[in-house]
Amino acid sequence: MLKPIVEYKDVHKSFGEVEVLKGINLDIYPGEKIAVIGPSGSGKTTIIRMLMTLEEPTSGDIYVDGKNLWKMEKNGEMVRANEKHLREIRSDIGMVFQHFNLFPHMTILENCMTAPIHVKKEDKEEVRERSIHMLERVGLGDKLNNYPSQLSGGQKQRVAMARALVMRPKIMLFDEVTSALDPELVGEVLEVIRDLAKHEDMAMVLVTHEMDFALDIADKVLFLDEGIIAEQGTAREVIEQSDNARLQEFLRRFRK
Amino acid sequence: MKWNWEIFFDAFPFVLQGLGITVGLTVTCYLFALLLGFFWTFLRRVPSRPFHWFVTWAMEFIRSTPPLVQLFFIYYAWPMIPGVGVTLSPFASAVLGLGIHFSTYIGEIYRSGIESVDKGQWEAATALNFSTYQKWRKIILPQAVPPVIPMLGNYFIIMFKEVPLASTVGAAGILYMANTYGARNWAYLEPLTIVGIIFLLLSYPSAIFIKKLERKMNTRFDKNTILENSQKGAVL
Repeated sequence: MLKPIVEYKDVHKSFGEVEVLKGINLDIYPGEKIAVIGPSGSGKTTIIRMLMTLEEPTSGDIYVDGKNLWKMEKNGEMVRANEKHLREIRSDIGMVFQHFNLFPHMTILENCMTAPIHVKKEDKEEVRERSIHMLERVGLGDKLNNYPSQLSGGQKQRVAMARALVMRPKIMLFDEVTSALDPELVGEVLEVIRDLAKHEDMAMVLVTHEMDFALDIADKVLFLDEGIIAEQGTAREVIEQSDNARLQEFLRRFRK
Repeated sequence: MKWNWEIFFDAFPFVLQGLGITVGLTVTCYLFALLLGFFWTFLRRVPSRPFHWFVTWAMEFIRSTPPLVQLFFIYYAWPMIPGVGVTLSPFASAVLGLGIHFSTYIGEIYRSGIESVDKGQWEAATALNFSTYQKWRKIILPQAVPPVIPMLGNYFIIMFKEVPLASTVGAAGILYMANTYGARNWAYLEPLTIVGIIFLLLSYPSAIFIKKLERKMNTRFDKNTILENSQKGAVL
């Protein structure tokens, strides 16, 4: 039996008085492609931000490869994880953001090379080769020495994906990666994700509003509603067999 | 009283003797303020509310008091405090007084630079698993520092023009020398004019230089500027 690479155990998250996530239980298996859908404000993004360690759960546990992400053992007690502990576990996880967050002071090749060289202390020439290869794969092999400000939104997002991939994560998180793009640029980014989903064996979690796309590539679809996973299953199960009224209404509104 | 070129040329070398002190004091005060500014910025980032209030209040106190008063306090009053009193040279008093005063402004500049970096940059750096030190060194500071360099430059010029305050406690800069010349020869017009000219000659070109720098920094990641640079093919 395959063991999950990520486990959420009754994870809650509040921002001030507002409880955004009200008990998330979720297993992610190696190589699994998961789409998280649901109305805005339902906490979709928060789920993956907690896994990326950008947001700390209010209660509950998240395990990565069997290790508790936000807690660590100290003198026989479980205490809040420190930065060293987080760094250790975080190396398996990569993320692509809605607003790209490329480093504007670096060329796109440097954007890809900086983390493997400085964080993973890998050989510079090897990293350069790998980065160039990855940028070629996302269709930007001719822009290596350009700066992010010279690129379109779609190109920036493709660089951001290459940058995350060069780190060879076991789990890739996509946080509404097409939401900030002009409509005509969405396609090129989705094509890259489709290619990754098909050819890469890392697990992928996509938070997205591109409903048809998500249903198309995902092994598992989660419908998040009012802070809980209201429905989950294969795309077919979720679309055709669910009698969740809110899900059906949501799908009606968002599918083209 | 009439303008006298003879006095002018007689006073000029005398006043100029103070230039080393004036410039030296400016540079030393400034470096001290740059360093101390880091300290304020760091203190303000300590995540403790009461501490934060205390630091903010201390900075406000220092900024709301005239530098001249602070200078007098350090030079005249401090040595009289039993136990902790220390007598400092005029030069050291000026470095301490003006340095502390300006460090609070410099600290604010650092802060504005750091805050101008988008929150997403921190998040991307975390996602790529940079250590805290690497985040500052590779991602945040390279973006936070260049935009504030012109502002820091402006404070250098402001500092230069405030340094004559130090003559009141006896630091022998050009103003002090001009005053001394005036007292000895009962001729103030020419030496003080010389002081004005020297200040003008030094601060005006500096101001132009900083204006240029500002323009350069503002267009640093512009498409056109980058195009020129990237054609040179510089990578890493």
